[in-house]
Amino acid sequence: MTIKEQQDEIIADFELFGDWMDKYEYIIQLGKDLPLIDPEYKIDENLIRGCQSKVWMHAEFKDGKIFFTADSDAVITKGLVSLVIRVLSGHTPREIVDAELTFIDAIGLSSHLSPTRSNGLLSMVKQIKLYALGYMAKTAQQ
Amino acid sequence: MHDAVMIKNNSVLDVEKVRKDFPILDTFVFGHPLVYLDNAATTQKPEMVLKAMEEYYHTINSNVHRGVHHLSQQATDAYELARKKIAEFIGAKHAHEIIFTRGTTESINLVAASFGKKFLKAGDSLLVSGLEHHSNIVPWQLACEDRGATLKVIPIDGNGEMVLDGLDKLLEGVKLVSVNYVSNALGTINPVREIIAAAHRQGIPVMLDAAQAVQHMELDVQELDVDFLAFSSHKIYGPTGFGILYGKEQWLNELPPYQGGGEMIKTVSFEKTTYNDLPYKFEAGTPDMAGAIGLAAALDYVQQLGLGAIRQTENNLMAYGLEALQEIKELRMIGRSVNRAGVLSFLVGEIHPFDLGEILDKQGIAVRTGHHCAQPIMDLYCIPGTVRASLAFYNTPGEIDRLVGGIRKAMTLLG
Repeated sequence: MTIKEQQDEIIADFELFGDWMDKYEYIIQLGKDLPLIDPEYKIDENLIRGCQSKVWMHAEFKDGKIFFTADSDAVITKGLVSLVIRVLSGHTPREIVDAELTFIDAIGLSSHLSPTRSNGLLSMVKQIKLYALGYMAKTAQQ
Repeated sequence: MHDAVMIKNNSVLDVEKVRKDFPILDTFVFGHPLVYLDNAATTQKPEMVLKAMEEYYHTINSNVHRGVHHLSQQATDAYELARKKIAEFIGAKHAHEIIFTRGTTESINLVAASFGKKFLKAGDSLLVSGLEHHSNIVPWQLACEDRGATLKVIPIDGNGEMVLDGLDKLLEGVKLVSVNYVSNALGTINPVREIIAAAHRQGIPVMLDAAQAVQHMELDVQELDVDFLAFSSHKIYGPTGFGILYGKEQWLNELPPYQGGGEMIKTVSFEKTTYNDLPYKFEAGTPDMAGAIGLAAALDYVQQLGLGAIRQTENNLMAYGLEALQEIKELRMIGRSVNRAGVLSFLVGEIHPFDLGEILDKQGIAVRTGHHCAQPIMDLYCIPGTVRASLAFYNTPGEIDRLVGGIRKAMTLLG
């Protein structure tokens, strides 16, 4: 699935929810289900500091694609982290750099991307793009 | 007259009536009537304040102190009357002991910079407490870095109260003490009289950060015998971006100016500039006239209600809130001082405060989550932050019930 198709699927999923409670219940469940990051990667170097909640993220480059694992200390942030990973993980650096993340806004959680909220999610998305740029530069050199 | 004051002090406010003065309290958020419990961050503004500021712009807006024309004179009169009212409100001896700033933060920065420049030498120290807002830590750290001085800290205990046992020893070598009157993160009312007395015994001046105190209790700078005191307009029902520094006349005369510019000078030449008298020496540039007039209107409003009645009403609500919250057995209060004002800080089970705050928001309940700009306190408790519900006299027991219900709903979702 392309990044766009992944996002469309998430948006369609969220359209099924009647009220905010259902929506949050789903996000919280996603947060709880997110496969835990390997403890060896849950270290300060992988920590993306937000004012409100923390996100740890680890990236691996395999067969021309980047794979992400992550964790957060706040469960709603963690649920959204899991969605970002579902959309962006397993794609090429170029695809990730070019991707426009529209689904967070579309499912009504844009406040999580507000710099004033500073909960780690926005920083995480920025960090993912930086990784992808880094890998692009690296592969270009080789 | 005295009896009337006594009766007023023992009475409580008619909250339903008072709420009508605050149009914003009728707002709906996500389909729910707003429950505004973020008053320690900023308070809502009564109609009277909004009207005073609108009227200023509608009728007398003009630059103060320099105009020969009629409007400028009217604006200056209103502006200086505001200073007089503010001075009376906190019991200052002179109106010129009231310096207008942008808020508590700027007031503290002013004293830290000017006092530091004149009085602080390498090897000296300044004293704050472990219960401070970053605004009452960082300006002093800057002054210390600049002068090669050190910052010392009054420790706090598990209840969120200052430990004053070793205070006399701590005060050795200290040039100035700056502590908060009421903690913004935990709500503790601190033993400032004891601290002022101990510091004065050793000839050390004391500054009070009263940002979370003036709106909750009567306060008199002469009775406290405090040397400097700061507060913000927007936390006492006045406009944002405006604040007060009080300083005893002799101290303010001793301190060098903070910023240079218009208003603060007597004569300027390229060789030598002489500075204006108090309070203008510390007020460079065109001031916030509407801010001063708005704050004066807010203080009029508060005095009409009566600080005694405000205190009684808020104390009743605080007692109700403490009891209601503690019925949730997974909830733990952070800061357990009996002597408290304004703030209920807590955590629920293993729930992250940010998650809880978000679910409360969805139910129309506005609280603050996080470290409340007081990271050292959170470090002491080894927590990422708290959920803070902060009260004003216009909050109701019904709103506390909404908070409790909201927390229970969040527990079902997040638990």
